[in-house]
Amino acid sequence: MTTDRDEPVSRSRRAFLAGGGLMVSFALFGSLRVSAGQENTLGATILNPKLPGDLKIEPMLDAWIRIDASGVTVCSGKVELGTGVRTALWQVAADQLALPLERFRFVTADTALTPDEGYTAGSHTMADGGTAIFHAAAQVRAMLVDAAARKLAVPPERLVLENGVIKAPDGRQLTYEDAAAGLDLHRMATETSPPSDPSAYRYIGKSVPRVDILAKVTGGAAYVQDMRPDGMLHARVVRPPNHGATLVSADVDAVSRMPGVVRVVHDGDYLAVVARGEWQAVLAMRALQASARWRQTETFPDNATIHDVLKTLPRLDYVTTRQGVDGEVHQAAPVANAAPAAASTGARVERVEATKQYVLHGSIGPSCALAVWRDGILTVWTHSQGVFPLRAGIAGLLGLPKEQVRCVHVEGSGCYGHNGADDVAADAALLAHRMPGAPIRVQWMRDQEAGWEPLGPAMETSLEVATDADGALTAWRHALWSTPHNERITNPGRLLPAWLVSQSIAPSPPSPIPQPEGDADRNAVPLYRVPDVRVDMHFVTQMPFRTSAMRSLGAHINVVTIEAMMDRLAAAHGKDPVAYRLAQLDDPRAKAVIQRAAEAFGWTANPALPPNRGVGFAFARYKNLMGYCAIALEVEVDPDRRAVRVDRVVTAVDCGQIVNPDGLTNQIEGGIVQSSSWTLYEQVRIGAVGVESVDWQSYPILRFPQVPARIDVHMIDQPGMPFLGAAEIAQGPTAAALVSAVAQATGRRLLRLPLVPHLWP
Amino acid sequence: MIELTVNGATHRVDVDPATPLLYVLRNELALNGAKFGCGMGQCGACTVLVDDRPVFSCLYPVSSTAGRRVRTVEGFGTPEKPGPLQQAFIDRQAVQCGYCIAGMIVRAQALLERVAHPTEQQIREHMNPNLCRCGTHMRILDAIRAVAATGELHRAGEKGPAS
Amino acid sequence: MRWRRTGYVAGAVLLAGVIVFAAIAWQPAIPPVKSPDIAITPELVSKGRTVVALGDCAVCHSPEGHPAFSGGLGLRTPFGVIYTTNITPDVETGIGAWSLDAFMRAMRHGVSRDGHLLYPAFPYIHYTKVTDDDLRAAYAYLMTQPAVHAPAPRNDLPLPLRFRPALAVWNLLYLRPGAAPALDASPRERGRYLVEGLGHCSSCHTALGIIGGESGRYLGGGDVDGWHAPALDVLAHAPRPWTVEQLSAYLTTGLASEHGASAGPMRPVTDNLGDVPPEDVHAIATYLMTIQTSQPPTAPKAGAVADASQLARGHALFDGVCATCHGDGGPMETQLGRPPLAASSALQGPTPRNAIMMVLQGIPWPSHPKPTAYMPAFADNLTDDQIADLVVYLRSTTSQPPWPDVRDEVRRARKDLSHD
Repeated sequence: MTTDRDEPVSRSRRAFLAGGGLMVSFALFGSLRVSAGQENTLGATILNPKLPGDLKIEPMLDAWIRIDASGVTVCSGKVELGTGVRTALWQVAADQLALPLERFRFVTADTALTPDEGYTAGSHTMADGGTAIFHAAAQVRAMLVDAAARKLAVPPERLVLENGVIKAPDGRQLTYEDAAAGLDLHRMATETSPPSDPSAYRYIGKSVPRVDILAKVTGGAAYVQDMRPDGMLHARVVRPPNHGATLVSADVDAVSRMPGVVRVVHDGDYLAVVARGEWQAVLAMRALQASARWRQTETFPDNATIHDVLKTLPRLDYVTTRQGVDGEVHQAAPVANAAPAAASTGARVERVEATKQYVLHGSIGPSCALAVWRDGILTVWTHSQGVFPLRAGIAGLLGLPKEQVRCVHVEGSGCYGHNGADDVAADAALLAHRMPGAPIRVQWMRDQEAGWEPLGPAMETSLEVATDADGALTAWRHALWSTPHNERITNPGRLLPAWLVSQSIAPSPPSPIPQPEGDADRNAVPLYRVPDVRVDMHFVTQMPFRTSAMRSLGAHINVVTIEAMMDRLAAAHGKDPVAYRLAQLDDPRAKAVIQRAAEAFGWTANPALPPNRGVGFAFARYKNLMGYCAIALEVEVDPDRRAVRVDRVVTAVDCGQIVNPDGLTNQIEGGIVQSSSWTLYEQVRIGAVGVESVDWQSYPILRFPQVPARIDVHMIDQPGMPFLGAAEIAQGPTAAALVSAVAQATGRRLLRLPLVPHLWP
Repeated sequence: MIELTVNGATHRVDVDPATPLLYVLRNELALNGAKFGCGMGQCGACTVLVDDRPVFSCLYPVSSTAGRRVRTVEGFGTPEKPGPLQQAFIDRQAVQCGYCIAGMIVRAQALLERVAHPTEQQIREHMNPNLCRCGTHMRILDAIRAVAATGELHRAGEKGPAS
Repeated sequence: MRWRRTGYVAGAVLLAGVIVFAAIAWQPAIPPVKSPDIAITPELVSKGRTVVALGDCAVCHSPEGHPAFSGGLGLRTPFGVIYTTNITPDVETGIGAWSLDAFMRAMRHGVSRDGHLLYPAFPYIHYTKVTDDDLRAAYAYLMTQPAVHAPAPRNDLPLPLRFRPALAVWNLLYLRPGAAPALDASPRERGRYLVEGLGHCSSCHTALGIIGGESGRYLGGGDVDGWHAPALDVLAHAPRPWTVEQLSAYLTTGLASEHGASAGPMRPVTDNLGDVPPEDVHAIATYLMTIQTSQPPTAPKAGAVADASQLARGHALFDGVCATCHGDGGPMETQLGRPPLAASSALQGPTPRNAIMMVLQGIPWPSHPKPTAYMPAFADNLTDDQIADLVVYLRSTTSQPPWPDVRDEVRRARKDLSHD
């Protein structure tokens, strides 16, 4: 298989589309209304809301698929973040084009070449990007067959597609390239596509090996870190010790004279060194850092007080309600200080409160980017999740028109959300723009990544639920406090270097991802049957620490809160937790994953467990819109070693039509292990000097000895059904099941995350 | 000039003798396998073998390689002909983002060369220095177990130092 | 304690032939019990947990990878390996059949329930000073832990050393049975009781004689596992004098802001002390600060001032391998509040041994994720000469005189390490 990253820019499709918006209102996900011209939750503009998946954003077929004499090229604006979607998207295109994988090129996220699909995030890639390719490819295939039919003068239904060749019954045949000659793919996609038969898929539903694995296991060039263009210079930045600190002095001159140093950049509070050799850059960075004197201007809360502090900060209140069991989710416009929710009434009222500390994305490889300013084009190679929003941000930061900035995605270390990727790309762009002609590679150091990546927000939740005498849910009141989960690059001020340079730009005001996807309130509305739901999101707009998207956003703690409540209600009504959940659900797919997980685990109502052991069960449908996931697990605690050992985990998932079963399993296993680490161990240490977690000793995460003994993933396939996404669906249920199992093992129901340091302070 | 032997080939590089081996491997020799992760010996992404022992190349002065054999993941096999651990990682698709994987393979190689059939506990303890953030651990362990079961990497008759 | 290995084994060799003394070595078996023969209350168990933590029992009896208190840690000696035993209440392989009397006899006299003598790797010469109440609590705690079936591996000792009755002679010399309770409720007395008894500090911090008995100045410093256990009676005379507060912080968290992190054999001890009531640690620190000598220790012989090229080599190595963490203005200092390297006890101390050991061994990760002071081991990364250059350079950044013979000391330290 080949890809072509460096194909020259041939046309400007977006210009054509800009004026072509259709004013059509469309019910997305039942309740959220979007219209043309509006942005979707991933920062891309909807042009035709009637079309499936991301064809809404980019309705022209030739934006996705191009066929010329050199062959077939499929483009996606989505990127590989480590989840294997590049392989899965490729599979979808191959089946729908009826082409072997190796017979076409597949190009991802390049502002010069591919559709703008906004960010690759939120388990949306298969649902939106996969769906777009699914339909675009089917429509192009039909066009090719029609064209071939005309050329061969044979009715289209009599043609057979095989290995990239269209065959007539009499033996005549045309290649796709021949068939496409004279065919204009610059056509608006249609709402429906010619059907394909799931049973005939050669790739979809098969565990096709990942296309990126060979390079990754043999030391091939696989990451932006591995790029070494001729003449490349190495840069390092020097950051303030904390947010708001201003530079008093730094010995720029002395550092400028160090061996190999080409340039020391000092602009306001922005410091960077550029050197010929990477090690020289590191030494220069250290010298500059040691010489720098800073003035701290802000005070910071500590871990013990952060949740109280959150409640004192300026905020906007978003009230979401759902009336009636089948009612629509309605989110009201934000108000400054909403009236508190009325107390729940019912036969029995239970209350659950939970807290979560700040967490790090903690990419193993700190963020890195490469940029060059040459021939009037600033090209940035980046592992950003969204090359198009990044391009706009960088263009704004440097005062360039967008057309003069090209952002090309190249893989980096896994990011799990909004980490330092965009910021380091801005660093590289900023430095390259000042040093025309030289490719500049910026590599952040570990402490810089930890200290300056946007954190996963600290949160507090409070849930009150009323039930009737039989245990049926009658009223639901969920309140939560959080800083934003979506500080994506909506203006140049959202890029860290923009705050530091003397001509600084402020970040645009925070605004949450609206329901039903939700932000801090993601998954706060229960899937369970309850006629009266109200969720109060206290959206804190002034951040003591910069926060943004990290896998599953608020769903991690909201699912913990909801599932702890379900456990408590089950106990209060003398019901088995699994049976109780099933009784409160109507969605057959939800019930199916719960039953499957319980059965595979061998769940029994009252297991006879040795001391210090516990089992837990939890369920969620991610965002109530995407993949279903139920998890049962068993833990053993060791109070002497202050340790929780996850013994075995059994999960059942339903992500719609499965494209790559092994890839899905890999994602679910990964989500479970990662969420175990977050839930048991992880918290950013904060205090007088700001972020005090700078490395893996001050931010410990799970290591091999703590990995669960066993994880069994059961998949319920739904051939012909929409793709629902997978990468973030296990985070909430894993955490909730752990909380429940640890409660049983220790006799203490603890809803303070992370669990281990709170169990044994 | 410093002379060093990497994957059987001898190179002469003009660098400060205290330069960490990682930077020499990546920049002077253009080898991608060893990765910069933390620069503090806390994550294992930069792991290489020096005289069969796994070391953090980010903390290994290039001058320490004098008279020693450096091996990186590139030396274990190629895309066309992967080595046993590389093949096991491919067979089990033991990769997500993959940034940690080269370091994982290198560290596992050291164990399996020294111990033919390590126990589960030995494997986990041995892999303790290396971090994975995607949560690919189950598959990484599975791949190592698979090669451990064959014992094919074990160097017969060689008794490594106790650890 | 696990680290006092060499001396008493050597002593036992000498004495093995003196069979005439065997007569005094006979001890009767104490009849087995079906279950603990005392009333066990949650309060007693809770107190026992603290006693067991103060006694550092888990350091030897709960090795990594084994269930808690099931033993199995191999204590390596030049003569062979002694394995710690299972002290869970398993009847067959642990202490499940032990009565309180049997437990007390073991703790006070070093005698197993069946009457055989225990090797003094088990610090009964200190535990003998523990009060009845504390021993009873420890018994209650241990007897309520999960029983684990785990036979102790057979000790790998040459025949003469397997002859346990010879230990009776050693006991005649070094064992003074009987509790030494605190005389009053003051922190000082509490501290003395903990230091002398449960904490058994002197088993490492006092020098050993030829047959493994403590024969140096009490708490005047000893050698353990290749590390130097510093003298505890000259802390007030350190270049940065220790205080009760610094010592308490060090013992509780493993990190003193003016002296650095605990390492080597002390690391598991400070891990343990993190679990005990802070007032007990404070008492230990209080007592230790009252036993300081009035005069500073005599300065050790200074070495020659290093030549500039060695210092330059050491400095370059520091930049290459140390400075990411220990460099000026780096995050360890600014965000984690770690002291500058030059302030650390290892670099300020009288000999280069601990600085060298720190470089060779580092500080390992704790067995379960928690915030910690970690340092990678450089034994495989640096040659002896490089370590010498580095240590000489680092010493030059302190206000102390140069150490003599650093290069030879690196070789000796590495040799000690290879025996481990």
